[in-house]
Amino acid sequence: MKAAIVVFPGTNRERDMAIALRRVTGQAPRMIWHHETDLSGIDLVVLPGGFSYGDYLRCGAMAAHSPIMGAVRDFAAKGGHILGVCNGFQILTESNLLPGALLRNADLRFLSQDCHLRVEVEGTPFTRRWKKGDIFRTPLAHGDGNYTADAQTLAALEGEGRVAFRYADVKGRVQADDRASNPNGSVNSIAGILSENKRICGMMPHPEDLVDPLMGGEDGLPLFEGLVEALVR
Amino acid sequence: MNKPVTVDESLAREFGLTGEEYGRVLSIMGRTPSLTELGVFSVMWSEHCSYKSSRKWLRGLPTKAPWVIHGPGENAGVVDIGQGYAAIFKMESHNHPSFIEPYQGAATGVGGILRDVFTMGARPVANLNALRFGSPENPVTRRIVDGVVRGIGGYGNCVGVPTVGGEINFHPAYDGNPLVNAMTVGIARQDRIFLSAAAGVGNPVVYVGSRTGRDGIHGATMSSAEFDEDALSKRPTVQVGDPFIEKLLIEACLELMATDAIVAIQDMGAAGLTSSAVEMAGKGGVGIELNLDAVPQREPNMTAYEMMLSESQERMLMVLRPDRTELARKIFEKWELDFAIIGHLTETGHIVIKHKGQLEADIPLEPLADEAPVYDRPSIAPTKPEELGSVHAPLSLDAMLLQLVASPDLASRAWVWNQYDSTVGGQTVRRPGAADAAIVKIDDTQIALALTTDCTPRYCQADPRTGGAQAVAEAWRNITATGARPLAVTDNLNFGNPEKPEIMGQFIAALEGMGEACKVLDFPIVSGNVSLYNETRMPDGSTQAILPTPAIGGLGVLEDVSKAVGLGMQADSDLVLIGATKGQLGQSIWLREILGREEGAPPAVDLAAEKRNGDFVRAEIKAGQISACHDIADGGILVAAAEMVMASGTGCELESPDSGIRPEAFWFGEDQARYLVCVADAASFCAKAAQAGVPARLMGRSGGNDLILPSGVTISAARLKSAHESFFPALMDQ
Repeated sequence: MKAAIVVFPGTNRERDMAIALRRVTGQAPRMIWHHETDLSGIDLVVLPGGFSYGDYLRCGAMAAHSPIMGAVRDFAAKGGHILGVCNGFQILTESNLLPGALLRNADLRFLSQDCHLRVEVEGTPFTRRWKKGDIFRTPLAHGDGNYTADAQTLAALEGEGRVAFRYADVKGRVQADDRASNPNGSVNSIAGILSENKRICGMMPHPEDLVDPLMGGEDGLPLFEGLVEALVR
Repeated sequence: MNKPVTVDESLAREFGLTGEEYGRVLSIMGRTPSLTELGVFSVMWSEHCSYKSSRKWLRGLPTKAPWVIHGPGENAGVVDIGQGYAAIFKMESHNHPSFIEPYQGAATGVGGILRDVFTMGARPVANLNALRFGSPENPVTRRIVDGVVRGIGGYGNCVGVPTVGGEINFHPAYDGNPLVNAMTVGIARQDRIFLSAAAGVGNPVVYVGSRTGRDGIHGATMSSAEFDEDALSKRPTVQVGDPFIEKLLIEACLELMATDAIVAIQDMGAAGLTSSAVEMAGKGGVGIELNLDAVPQREPNMTAYEMMLSESQERMLMVLRPDRTELARKIFEKWELDFAIIGHLTETGHIVIKHKGQLEADIPLEPLADEAPVYDRPSIAPTKPEELGSVHAPLSLDAMLLQLVASPDLASRAWVWNQYDSTVGGQTVRRPGAADAAIVKIDDTQIALALTTDCTPRYCQADPRTGGAQAVAEAWRNITATGARPLAVTDNLNFGNPEKPEIMGQFIAALEGMGEACKVLDFPIVSGNVSLYNETRMPDGSTQAILPTPAIGGLGVLEDVSKAVGLGMQADSDLVLIGATKGQLGQSIWLREILGREEGAPPAVDLAAEKRNGDFVRAEIKAGQISACHDIADGGILVAAAEMVMASGTGCELESPDSGIRPEAFWFGEDQARYLVCVADAASFCAKAAQAGVPARLMGRSGGNDLILPSGVTISAARLKSAHESFFPALMDQ
């Protein structure tokens, strides 16, 4: 799997993502400055976390218009695999590559803590290493992670098995109005979603920050291992 | 500043200079200075920039060790951490701005200290802070806590540097003058460290970063005066931070630093363009000529005076090799940052400032630095506090414990930490609350840094000398408790008005205590900052000083990060108490929170015992004999044990003290140089300690989910946590 990480002005979790990808592929991913437009030879495009353009407009809105995003759209149209984490998820929704939007956290404060995610769909490139209902721990760190979408979109996401991850408590119970288990107030406790072809995944938490026992665990590793399996050439 | 201004002694006084200091200006210049020149003198000779009250005493601090690469005098301290790497770190205050405008005051405090570190070539890898707020009952406190926490998070989270540790105290003495001390730690290759001394006559002087606006003019002077009731009207002197620009600046500077373009570099901090230009040229023994027409400006019609004194944020000044100027320009253009050649180095030894064809300033640099005032201010030595008489516990042990873990200074800080991104960078081995010091790994190595900030202001108030020593000892102990080797210290000396002899006496005594501890513990001070005039003028004209607060930022190194231990109680272990217990309750949290008294002498600091006990603990951690370790500080043994239980959820059954000391003194006394450790077998461990001359005794046995007191009273980890975690949400979300 040849992975590329897109770096926008203000991106700040590109090194974390590079560590996780290097861990599973054995090679350093390509770092792509947002002014570039060439994605040839790439199997996986990652839009990492951070504060692109300072989040001074809506989060991700400016980055969605960067030159690289034209190439990312073409890549998506050809069936390419894309992972967007945190700010990367926001950029994907702002680019209309994923539906819905991410609002301010319900309590209006930045949140940095561990959360638990329940895997909602198995067999996708992003979740194939888990079984449906598996629970894993991952850090989150964002001010705008409160996922929302209109009723029709939600029905489609839920009906087509496109909710990849939900916030849950440690035992896997999902309760959208409980801030302890659904910290940012996301609708239906949605933490991550998939595109129609299930090749684009956006999620708010940071599995890339939990891939080493030294940092507290390897709970995030299956996501990256699964991608390597799915995208092996 | 559009109408002509007459420069005279009265204007000089308005700018914060004394009549005598203005006389020196006249004799250096040999004429009446221009407005811009007076501005330059007034900020360079302000307390904030010149350290005129403190310099004499700072010289006495230990600053050297074989591992110190650069001590005080550079933008930040630099120490050798092995394998060719250096840690670069410093702490700095933003107290006054944080009272006036808490969000921006705290945010720009973080931004400023980050620049001090990356200007030396380091990638910032960790932020910490030391915060002091007024009484929780004071309605203003909530607003300040909220703004400061949001500001620290807003800036640090955006620049992508993890905030991994810190400390918070509440006390009415900070009601009108909170303390916001921010610390940054960065990593560089030892052969890629950048200094500020300019060199090479003719070399271009380059300005990069944000544009210059009218914000923060005379900020350094404001930081050098007491607060009065008009403080809030000074809001325009508080700068506004832009962490996005700072992030770009970090990346652009580090990209340029990978080349050979930079001769010298310094951030524009307090006193902005003035201090960076003056210090760079002064250190290099060269002259500097600036053409302000070339300075990127945010607002039209700025005067030379305004540009020289602006404290607009996110700006750097560099001296470049002339043949690398275009290479540098391209890098800054890539990052969409302003880049302007605004002058060059000269052989005149003067700073010459031109604007719109006019000569605005021409000052000889040597006397500006050498004849800066240094004061040996009168002082009164602090009186020794009276020993605390006998006191008695009014409540049961378990009731007192629950009250203490819920009290403002001991309650869980999770509400605060959870607003700071502590994991970005992917190197945070121990997050806030998981160990006595934060542990941050160096990528691609097994080396990690152990980082902490410490000070116990109530001890410093009662006995500044003991309090100064204790602050250093506690930082050293917190680093030791993770298994790391303490290397060096940055300090942030927050005191009241030095023109009051009793405040000067506190300052001198605290520094004596700090210096002695640094010397005995081989823990030199490599950088720091002094913040004086932390007082509030009351409506009746009197002034209230803060508690003396010499905050210590400690840094240690672990050669093998896998050996680090946390503080969470480990199951099926013996809990061993290390260090001697006398049950000293003077100035303890117990005395204050349970009996409502702030009295007595602080616990004695025995530096020889501190070193002996700490060296033993560190060696045993390295040998794999200790699975968890927590230093005993505020609240004594019982609070420390409860904190270990809360951290992991694993309980512990405590042994009867059987010590001849009253129970409240045994359990809540704050004797120093002590640790609680989890070991496999207490008997053999204690025998080994005895051989090393280290007091050690079995204190309990871990297991289950409850803290069980010797009386048999049981408190569940969940109940402890619910008490512990209630304070901040109750204060802030009411």
